[in-house]
Amino acid sequence: MSATESTPVAAGRATGARPGPERGPGSPGTRPVAGRRPRFSKAHMKEWAWGYAMIAPLFVGLFLFYLWPIVQSAYFSFTSWGAFGGQQWVGFQNYSSFLSDPQLPRAAWNTVKYALIILAGIPVSIVFAALMNQVSGKYASLYRVLYFLPVVSMPAAVAMVWRWLYNGDYGLINYLLSLIGIHGPHWVSDDRYTIWAMGLVGIWSSLGYNMIIFAAGLKNIPRQYYEASSLDGAGRVRQFFSITLPLLSPSIFFVSVLSVIGGLQMFDMVLMMLGKTNPALAGSKTIAYLFYEDAFVTGNQGLAAAIAVVLTLVLLALTAIQFRLQKRWVHYA
Amino acid sequence: MFRKALVLAGVGALALAATGCSSSKSASSGQADSGPVTLTYGIWDAKQKPAMQEIADAFHTAHPNITIDIQLTPNADYWTKLQTAAASGTAPDVFWMNTPRVGLYAGQHQLLSLSDKPGFDNSPFPKALNDSYTLDGKQYGMPKDFDTVGLWFNKKLFDAAGVKYPTAGWTWQDVISAAQKLNDPSKGVWGIASPDWTQENLFNTMLQAGGQAITPDHKKSGFDDPKSLAGLQYALDFITKYHVSPTAQQMTDTQPDQLFASGKVAMFADGDYDMPEYKAAAGLDADVAPLPAGPDGKKATVINGLANVIYAKTKHPQAAWEFVQYLGSKEANEIQAKTGTVIPAYNGLSATWVASTPQYHLQSFIDQLDVAVPYPVSKNTAAWTTPMQTTLDQIWGGKVDLTTGAKQIAAQMNAELAKE
Repeated sequence: MSATESTPVAAGRATGARPGPERGPGSPGTRPVAGRRPRFSKAHMKEWAWGYAMIAPLFVGLFLFYLWPIVQSAYFSFTSWGAFGGQQWVGFQNYSSFLSDPQLPRAAWNTVKYALIILAGIPVSIVFAALMNQVSGKYASLYRVLYFLPVVSMPAAVAMVWRWLYNGDYGLINYLLSLIGIHGPHWVSDDRYTIWAMGLVGIWSSLGYNMIIFAAGLKNIPRQYYEASSLDGAGRVRQFFSITLPLLSPSIFFVSVLSVIGGLQMFDMVLMMLGKTNPALAGSKTIAYLFYEDAFVTGNQGLAAAIAVVLTLVLLALTAIQFRLQKRWVHYA
Repeated sequence: MFRKALVLAGVGALALAATGCSSSKSASSGQADSGPVTLTYGIWDAKQKPAMQEIADAFHTAHPNITIDIQLTPNADYWTKLQTAAASGTAPDVFWMNTPRVGLYAGQHQLLSLSDKPGFDNSPFPKALNDSYTLDGKQYGMPKDFDTVGLWFNKKLFDAAGVKYPTAGWTWQDVISAAQKLNDPSKGVWGIASPDWTQENLFNTMLQAGGQAITPDHKKSGFDDPKSLAGLQYALDFITKYHVSPTAQQMTDTQPDQLFASGKVAMFADGDYDMPEYKAAAGLDADVAPLPAGPDGKKATVINGLANVIYAKTKHPQAAWEFVQYLGSKEANEIQAKTGTVIPAYNGLSATWVASTPQYHLQSFIDQLDVAVPYPVSKNTAAWTTPMQTTLDQIWGGKVDLTTGAKQIAAQMNAELAKE
């Protein structure tokens, strides 16, 4: 159900990234503009009040559970916490101890590596989406459900199942590899392989969501372009690179922004798939995992808040850069 | 349809919130404990809930004015939730405490001292347990249960290899030679599993070698003591020197208790608390012996145990004390003993527990009480156990050599201990 519902929504958001002038509360369109009325008439105010009343439940929730904690976290990042509450202002001390943490370089590299692997999975999603578009008839929705299932599965359950599959001695993956004469490694307990193992699961679990967005993007490309180009003698490959890819670029942009944000925040798999007592853990920690350790294991909430603030700023910067760069390669039809 | 569901859910949430509010209100307004009082009791083990409920019901029968509301939080979230609740003044009135955390909670004034209570008597409990819950001369926990570690072994694998079963007279050398005879890679069988688990393995081998994890005054690390190092070396040698234990990677992918339960490992040092798992394992014919003696004939096991504590900000200190007193009574401990999940802390009741599972020589765990050493703790144990485990994982994974790693642990530990 959620699969079919999210299609128009997600696609709308994707193309909605285009800078649009007509938005905000007082925008024309909902009602014909009554020219002579003053901007802040009583009727207007009443209408607005109702509008705000309608969105209040959502907005209050958003404010209480998203915006306010962000403000609080920023404040807490300058404090040191006692085990049972009671904060003390310590200035930038948390930031300096985070930036001088010997674990930081490895964790930063692991995080970037994971995000790059997830980005590298986007072409896979495009191919699968294109293939999915070829499928019609009664099995189409079945396929869609199958590919979407990982998205709606609990991350903890996903991690547990993959942990079994990756088991070095008794896992299915190494058993299959042994059939073709390959002695598989310890995927989740040897830090040469852990990031790759987690990246694969990351691609697998985001495939369904990305496919839905790409499938919607592909459906929006008018048939006429293909017809016209084939009259001009363009082959399938040429069509893909000259029509499909440019016209799909808004969706690709949307997915890559989300992938970067999601990839850099990865934490659940380190905890669930690797676990706290793992010889590979030290070499596989991500930035978000450092945050978790400080907040919930060693009880250093101030330091954890500082990590969260730094990560948020980095994500903001990266997203802003992506929005700047999109002008060079994203085509809005 | 969907909207209807949403409205229903909203109403449900409101109702929940309302009842939540009202119940906490009635609890906080309790008229000086004379009227009916509801005490919250925080625990983390679902397996023990039936026994705890039985104890709570028995207490309620004797004290009709006091009702016990058991709050079960799985172990993974228990401490996070408890610490947050304690910070905001809403922790349960009475809750379970373990030895690594009591220093933090008592040191930060989150617990009521039991020594100050009239009629407090800790004589029925093992001294090591009382000591674990005593800080600056005051005892904060009523011992609930205890656990020691034994050498579990797979009888079927011993019979097949023609090796005699472990006994109380075994030394390290006996374990090594038995492990070498039992090890059979062609069948996928290891002689022993020697993970970097501390309570079950390393803290004990360090003690048997004459070393220790922490000095008795809880001020200095013992990891740089050459004798402690010998204990760690013995445990690591099974993997790196004798090749009779699965590697750290293998034991991460498949936990050693699972390997033992599925008959892949012939010997495994493990606590009595994993007994239900082995009892339930299909086709496993196992038994348990005391841990072996070290090179100088020294025998040792760490003893750890839970205690019931009273939250410092409880609204009903008197009722909470009455309940904790009952939890420490012989009657309540007998209820625990019968269920067979844990060894009750009350002296002399272990026989009931041993008899609960006659197929194993559970007496091995009790017999070691004489050589039991309190589980190593300090005022803020978690501060040094986390980096300690990380470094041990590195040593066991072959990333850091033992001598360097042990020195590193000692340095980190001493730095944290100095902050206390």
